[in-house]
Amino acid sequence: MKPASFDYCRPATVEEAFQLLAEYGDEGKLIAGGQSLVPILNMRLSSPKCLIDINELQDLNYIRYEDGWIKMGALTRQRDVEKSALIQEKCPLLSEAVPFIGHMQTRNRGTIGGSLVHADPTAELPLSFLALNGRAVIQSAEESREVDLSEFFITYLTTDIMPGELLTEVKFPVDSVPKGYSFQEYSRRHGDFALVAAACILDTDSEGRITTIRLTMGGVDAVPILVEEAVDVLIGEKLTETLLEEAGRIVSAHVDPEGDLHASREYRLHLARVFAKKAIQTAYHRAIGKGSAS
Amino acid sequence: MIKVSSREMVEVRMKINGQVYEERVEPRKLLSDFLREDCGLTGTHVGCEHGVCGACTVLVNGSAVRSCLMFAVQADGKEIMTVEGLAKNGQPHPLQEAFSQCHALQCGFCTPGILMSAVELLSTDSDLTTDEIKEMLSGHLCRCTGYKGIIEAIEKVANRQKEGEKTDGSGVTV
Repeated sequence: MKPASFDYCRPATVEEAFQLLAEYGDEGKLIAGGQSLVPILNMRLSSPKCLIDINELQDLNYIRYEDGWIKMGALTRQRDVEKSALIQEKCPLLSEAVPFIGHMQTRNRGTIGGSLVHADPTAELPLSFLALNGRAVIQSAEESREVDLSEFFITYLTTDIMPGELLTEVKFPVDSVPKGYSFQEYSRRHGDFALVAAACILDTDSEGRITTIRLTMGGVDAVPILVEEAVDVLIGEKLTETLLEEAGRIVSAHVDPEGDLHASREYRLHLARVFAKKAIQTAYHRAIGKGSAS
Repeated sequence: MIKVSSREMVEVRMKINGQVYEERVEPRKLLSDFLREDCGLTGTHVGCEHGVCGACTVLVNGSAVRSCLMFAVQADGKEIMTVEGLAKNGQPHPLQEAFSQCHALQCGFCTPGILMSAVELLSTDSDLTTDEIKEMLSGHLCRCTGYKGIIEAIEKVANRQKEGEKTDGSGVTV
């Protein structure tokens, strides 16, 4: 359980990081919090020639509110998001989701950027940022580009980031973020990988009719997915038991989980239906001001 | 920029329990192994070596982290606290005393890690709830006592702290 040898580089600036990425090409691997990467190295599932340690790039460690957007540097620690009063105020969905990530001791080091680029389909942050209509800011030595998170995740552990590029920021609009929100997850033990997770944000008009809703599901496909079909039936309606049942049915018809040692495909489909319903219902109750009844 | 090839040794310097250590290590040396093998601080235990069991938890700049998920070179320039840093002037830390009183350990393998997480929790939260203690403990595996005694011990110190007693490990237990 010791990693294979590697060269070690610690850039002091983002520019130096780009130089190193260019120099090492495919053989260079970025390390931030290392809470997923170091176990992989320790078990020798991967043995990169060089680790490029970006932990000193403190310019990438921030949580800011700017022009209606929350912007977070890729190196922001998950624990800082959890404790942030700004996030709690502007975006309680994230405050609810982050405690599900591993444990306090791993969130102290794990970063939001690391979670996104690792792209585990069961991870909490990709799911939440996708529900929040988030965008990833990706830089290379030559340019900076933005990608909608709906196009960021390609497949298991694979994102749109190209060789030579670095995820520098995640941002999402918050001024019109719906009042209703809910993050729901099922795992066999607290802190384990989720079997299924669901995030929902939702708003209603004064009559309690749903005006906006975004529902994302994790652990049910190779990437976190936005289930538009299920929410279409809810737009313009007050939430009823029948409609909720219908939405849950559509969710389980649209997701495509694989069975494994931890849960069969059938069980995951069942969980997807149940947890989508829980997320929608809780978000709805919060939106109409009934607290978190579920 | 720091750049070291895999065959080179890299110089690291960090303060551990108030004392400065300067050693030369391979880049791939885990912080947990560095503490045990290079510094002789074997109070930090190594269990699973992939971040699950929590036995190797230490404080890095005051935050409880898995020392098996960090390389020694990454702790260069940082302040580390291990279980050896808890007792002061021959007096056990209030948490250690409470663990003893509440039978919060049997074999003791998991204890150093749990103590370090509890130190962070007590230092950052003046109004600790049982749920918060349980949430923190979810990051540690204990295979002999169960967790009841551990929760009681931490609660005991938290309550004493709430009553205004100094329980920061300065050895003062007035």
